Amino acid sequence: MIQFLFEPFALGFMRRALAGCVALSIAGPPLGVFLVLRRMSLMSDVLQHGILPGIALGAVVGGISVPAMGAGGFLAGLAVALLAGALSRATGGREDSQLAGVYLVALALGVAILSAQRGVDLTHLLFGSVLAVDDTSLLLMAGAATIVLPSLALLWRPLVLESFDPDFHCATGGRGALVHLGFLALVVLAVVSGFTALGTLMSVGLIMLPAVAARHWGETLGAQVIAAVVIALAASLIGLLVSFHADVPAGPAIVLAAGALWIAGVLAGRRESLLRRLVRQTHFAG
Amino acid sequence: MIELHNLTCLYGRRPAVHHVSGRFETGTMTAIVGPNGAGKTTLMRTLAGLHSDFEGRVVRHGRIGLLPQTPSLDKAFPITAAEVVAMGGIAGLGPLGAAPSAARVGEALHSVGMSGFERRLVGTLSAGQFQRLLFARLTLQDAPVMLLDEPFAAVDARTTADLMRLLHRWHDEGRTIVAVLHDLDLVAREFPRTLLLARDKIAWDRTAVALSPEHRLRARLTAEAWVDDPALCQDAA
Repeated sequence: MIQFLFEPFALGFMRRALAGCVALSIAGPPLGVFLVLRRMSLMSDVLQHGILPGIALGAVVGGISVPAMGAGGFLAGLAVALLAGALSRATGGREDSQLAGVYLVALALGVAILSAQRGVDLTHLLFGSVLAVDDTSLLLMAGAATIVLPSLALLWRPLVLESFDPDFHCATGGRGALVHLGFLALVVLAVVSGFTALGTLMSVGLIMLPAVAARHWGETLGAQVIAAVVIALAASLIGLLVSFHADVPAGPAIVLAAGALWIAGVLAGRRESLLRRLVRQTHFAG
Repeated sequence: MIELHNLTCLYGRRPAVHHVSGRFETGTMTAIVGPNGAGKTTLMRTLAGLHSDFEGRVVRHGRIGLLPQTPSLDKAFPITAAEVVAMGGIAGLGPLGAAPSAARVGEALHSVGMSGFERRLVGTLSAGQFQRLLFARLTLQDAPVMLLDEPFAAVDARTTADLMRLLHRWHDEGRTIVAVLHDLDLVAREFPRTLLLARDKIAWDRTAVALSPEHRLRARLTAEAWVDDPALCQDAA
């Protein structure tokens, strides 16, 4: 058992992948909690697909390099976020079908550009590979976490105000659109930072699934954020071990582990779980 | 004080509030009343800076405190009563401003009869308790101008009386109070001034004058529905 747990991390690339996933697990899930609470799950889909054409163009312009592809992905993600915001305003908030259109087109465009490129392994790019986590990728993941966490701390108050009571936030001088855009920029950064290890299609999984699962463990916002980070860390560790031993891509392995922890929460979590419904506890006297 | 200069609030080309001028003078307590569709909430949102499609001018003197309509809030958001009240103290301070102390939050909750509710999630509060919570937040906001949109919706008579005492205390402290209300008996009893709105300004005066039978009849006769093929406004700038 000890060998099963520790042997993989004797290898340098596995240690780098673990360090990178720890960084993403700390930075991403708090953003996921806000995505869930702000009912923006579809937006996370749009962003994860939206970065792909940018990564592809980055590869065309700068070759197969993490900085070029990362910068391309980040710029494309921001462009998609702005486009989605404009569509949302233009459709009076009924943007879901338009957003679905955006991400389908973005995915198709990204795959088309990448397919025309020689030397790009599409599977690795879409679903991640621990072997791809070199020092530059690790620096990108850790650097992104270093930017995301303090930025989220600065954005925390206006984000809570804007999520809970947008009118009050606006009437007291808050700039809702700016807060929203700043938040989306952090989400894009977190999604892009995970693309080498988890793949563009899977990196949102480590942001969203722990956040969804955390609703079954934490009551308050703070508790949900902590629970989401713990779940993401556990999913990263379990997923990397499965990826190593079963020889499956890291992205799906980590996301499946996060999915399993989510189902565990649905079945037996402290809040709103099936177990809570089945096992009736004696009610209080007052 | 808030000044309105020939204010017309629009939804596209349709006016919800039409050519209203006047002042909510410093230290006055004014009710905005009118039939459904009269433009009361649109006017309130314009006063608060939330509705930007308007012609004319709104001049605000002093910070605005706002008690919004409950449906615009996300009651499923996982925050506690104390955190909601603290919002009144941190709004506009930026990310690094000092949050109000637990004692100040406790005092604000006490002022609305909600001591002991600090750690309750807002989703577990009744409609009346939630409304009192918003009053506690307004207390901490400590603004010279307070705008309240239907503050007594879903509140029982006793709570309304308690909250009215709080409003009178703020009025006595020299604050400007503006509230959108439906209960004309309450307005006649408690509010010295009234703006009777029916898209146009019907009357803006002492409550007894504004709510005269003649004015109320004029307000009732205003068509709520939009006309299919309206004429162009001759007073438009």
